[in-house]
Amino acid sequence: MKSSETMDIPRIKEPTPLQETWYHLKKNKGAMTGLGIITMFVLMAIFAPIVSPRDPLAQQISERLTPMFTNGYIFGSDDLGRDMLSRLIYGARISMTIGVVSVGISLFFGIIIGVTSAYYGGTFDKIVMRLIDIMLAFPYILLTIVIVSLLGPSLTNAMVAIGISQVPRYARVVRASVLAEKESDYVLAEKALGAGNFELMFLTILPNCLSPTIVQATLGVGEAILNSAGLSFLGLGAQPPTPEWGLMIASSKQFITNAWWIVTLPGLAILLAVLGFNLFGDGLRDILDPKMRN
Amino acid sequence: MIKHILKRLALLIPTLFGVITLVFLMIALAPGDPARIMLGERANAEQIAQLRAELGLDKPLIQQYGLYLSRVVRLDLGKSIATGQQIAREIADRFPATIELAWYAMIFATVVGMFLGVTSAIRRNTWVDYTTMGGALVGVSMPVFWLGLVLIMVFSVWLNLLPTGGRMNIRYYFTPITNFYVIDGILLWIREGTPKYLWSAIQHLLLPTIALGTIPLAIIARTTRSSMLEVLQQDYIKTARSAGIREKRVIYRYALKNALLPVITVIGLQFGLLLSGAILTETVFSWPGIGRWIYISIGARDYPAVQGGIIFISTFFVLINLAVDILYSVVNPKIRLQ
Amino acid sequence: MAEKKEILLSIQNLSFSFDTQRGVVNAVRDISLDIRKGETLTLVGESGCGKSVTAHAINQLNPMPPGKVDHGKIMFRGTDLLTLKRHEIEKLRGTQISMIFQEPMTALNPVFTVGAQIADVFMTHQHMTKQEAMERTIDLFKLVKIPAPERRVNSYPHQLSGGMRQRAMIAMALASPEPGLMIADEPTTALDVTIQAQILDLLNDLKHKIEMSILLITHDMGVVAEMADRVVVMYAGRKVEEADVFSIFETPRHPYTLGLLNSLPSNTKYKNARRLEAITGTVPDMRTIGAGCPFENRCAYASEKCGQEFPTETVLGESHSVWCHNYHMVKEG
Repeated sequence: MKSSETMDIPRIKEPTPLQETWYHLKKNKGAMTGLGIITMFVLMAIFAPIVSPRDPLAQQISERLTPMFTNGYIFGSDDLGRDMLSRLIYGARISMTIGVVSVGISLFFGIIIGVTSAYYGGTFDKIVMRLIDIMLAFPYILLTIVIVSLLGPSLTNAMVAIGISQVPRYARVVRASVLAEKESDYVLAEKALGAGNFELMFLTILPNCLSPTIVQATLGVGEAILNSAGLSFLGLGAQPPTPEWGLMIASSKQFITNAWWIVTLPGLAILLAVLGFNLFGDGLRDILDPKMRN
Repeated sequence: MIKHILKRLALLIPTLFGVITLVFLMIALAPGDPARIMLGERANAEQIAQLRAELGLDKPLIQQYGLYLSRVVRLDLGKSIATGQQIAREIADRFPATIELAWYAMIFATVVGMFLGVTSAIRRNTWVDYTTMGGALVGVSMPVFWLGLVLIMVFSVWLNLLPTGGRMNIRYYFTPITNFYVIDGILLWIREGTPKYLWSAIQHLLLPTIALGTIPLAIIARTTRSSMLEVLQQDYIKTARSAGIREKRVIYRYALKNALLPVITVIGLQFGLLLSGAILTETVFSWPGIGRWIYISIGARDYPAVQGGIIFISTFFVLINLAVDILYSVVNPKIRLQ
Repeated sequence: MAEKKEILLSIQNLSFSFDTQRGVVNAVRDISLDIRKGETLTLVGESGCGKSVTAHAINQLNPMPPGKVDHGKIMFRGTDLLTLKRHEIEKLRGTQISMIFQEPMTALNPVFTVGAQIADVFMTHQHMTKQEAMERTIDLFKLVKIPAPERRVNSYPHQLSGGMRQRAMIAMALASPEPGLMIADEPTTALDVTIQAQILDLLNDLKHKIEMSILLITHDMGVVAEMADRVVVMYAGRKVEEADVFSIFETPRHPYTLGLLNSLPSNTKYKNARRLEAITGTVPDMRTIGAGCPFENRCAYASEKCGQEFPTETVLGESHSVWCHNYHMVKEG
């Protein structure tokens, strides 16, 4: 990396930051549990067609509302006779995608706004921060609802809405850490060597500001999954017959009197997935940001 | 301190102005014609043109904005497309229901959350601490609407203990007085001598309160714990102990008052978020508040209503943040005495 | 000298350890000391030598767990403090045993007025009304020479200067009907030199006015010279020398004591100081100290025996003892 060249550090065999983080992570039980849960859901998402016993969309009306562990339906079937287990597995695919894409959107814009605003400072920074304050003055759930109801209800729009509504938060986190770094010696050294603004911002400063952003992003994935489930529950996200967890809860709520599993299981799936990201994110924060530790 | 408050008040105006502008722009710049979206696919050109004129959409953007702004300042949020009612009126009718629910949820979250946070901190690294913090983490990872449904399933369907939704037993033919049903219940108890209204109001409040309060509870517990842990290490706690102040007093007065500062900020923020979280909870529990009304308005594509509701809730959110900021400076002598 | 007076507090063979994640730290090993009525005993040593742990063991302010008393007794007015229950020790704190701390900025609660904090001590122990307690607080402020006491009681800590805050701390320690023992943990370290002198004068003054004993913890031999009747020198959890203040300065017999005195700027009481000397080396890791003398690795006089066993007490005079195998080789100058 650029910065280590200019700082002229003798090359000793030291662990890379990644290796060091991993070393601490391994000792953090919560973070490892979280990582295990995340891995499980990611594998489920990738191999959904292989691991799910049936087609998640195939209806078998004669076998509707089959209880758990009956007739080969491990998690039972829903009101249209679709296999719950298969739907839950495919749901992981949707939720993981939503989480990653919407956080990706927030990160992309958040980083650009945060870095440029901190780097250039002055009036530009003031205006940007003012706008961010206004956006933060908006309860973000409402913000996503407004955006989706304008774009029209769909899964893609829900992703975009969740992504956009979180941009201010990421911009803030990035801006704060860039402000702390931008006067550092290695940045000034790089500047003296004639690095351009773009290079300074994104290749020199940004890599040193990633820790808090990574923590925020990990926790953000869990939050995005929760929010998208909420939007789908309100009919503003995924549309039937998509096996989205929030939508599955919404479309089964009239069956809580006689089929508890079709309401309970998708919720447990959401809970578990979000818990995984929260456990992992908390662990990362303890390791990467000792100030937050206690 | 007065200077501090005035400064915050001065900042309030541009923020509110920004919020209102943002809502306007989002609706105005949205892809597609709101009039067409509102009327649906089958509307003809004439109907659309009429609605556009009605909404002022045929005028230039700047002019629309000016009109809109002048109306909002006069608290005129326009008429609902769906009901033809004044939107401000609709909000005023529903706000007590929302605020009543949010209020009790927040009390529940604050009292239980702070207690658990303090207990966790003084029993650090014991099973009490692990259980509480594990529970809190589950709490923040849970979808509110799902928790609501599970509560209904367990307490209403299986155990048949509590109602599934609404605010009052419909067979009581109840006429609200203040629209805050607990207060109304007490008033009617005095007037008619029967506590049944109060009892019914409490029964209806119980589950939504728990559902809505769980996430803030978990967050408050986590914040209180970490804040307490930091404070308990401070020298002044040792001083208080060395002076023989009783341990309970050391914790609940000397430590907690210091630990409160970050907690207050979190409580305020959560209270604001609660109002928007209410949209899910109110929907699950058929709670006739603003959240459910916005949800219904979205379904009915009643844009003026959605716009009005969102401006209202955002304004309230901003005002709560201001109140919290003032409270913070009252509790913290370093700011108060500046 | 307070030789004839009765013993107020007697620590007998106290050992105290902390069970940390990285191993057991034997912070205090086999310490004994007596404090007589009206006497000032100073506990001297580098930071981390166990002097604060010893002092905090008296009123049980060490965090337990991870801290733990391994053995020993702390006799105070006829009872062993270590056998008391929490509410019993709470009754002694602030009435018979009070404490002042190093850093008056952080030792006073920032969200309460100093007056309220001191009044609370009165109210806790003597069932006074708030008004009575406030009046007594103002009296105390006069006693510790805080100007404009009526106004100052309503100040918050951050509104007072460092010296005023330390005076307020002292006032708080005096908020009892019968001050017996005051433990002063580095009371002047955080203060300017001039303020330091004022605070020490105040403490000396108060000691004579109210017959109280002071256990003063310090690393500063200058403070020792100013305040002490008797001195206990600690090193790495061990007591290495004990003597009256004159013997310590005139005829130190432990190499470590000598080192402490040599690192002191020229002082009238220690005429032979030639130049400022630092003690070479560092304090050993408290987890790995063996059976030998902990000072062995830094000691100019160390012999083979020193690494093997900790020396027994050698009584040099009526009030002077040393724990060193080679004390006879240590000569001042």
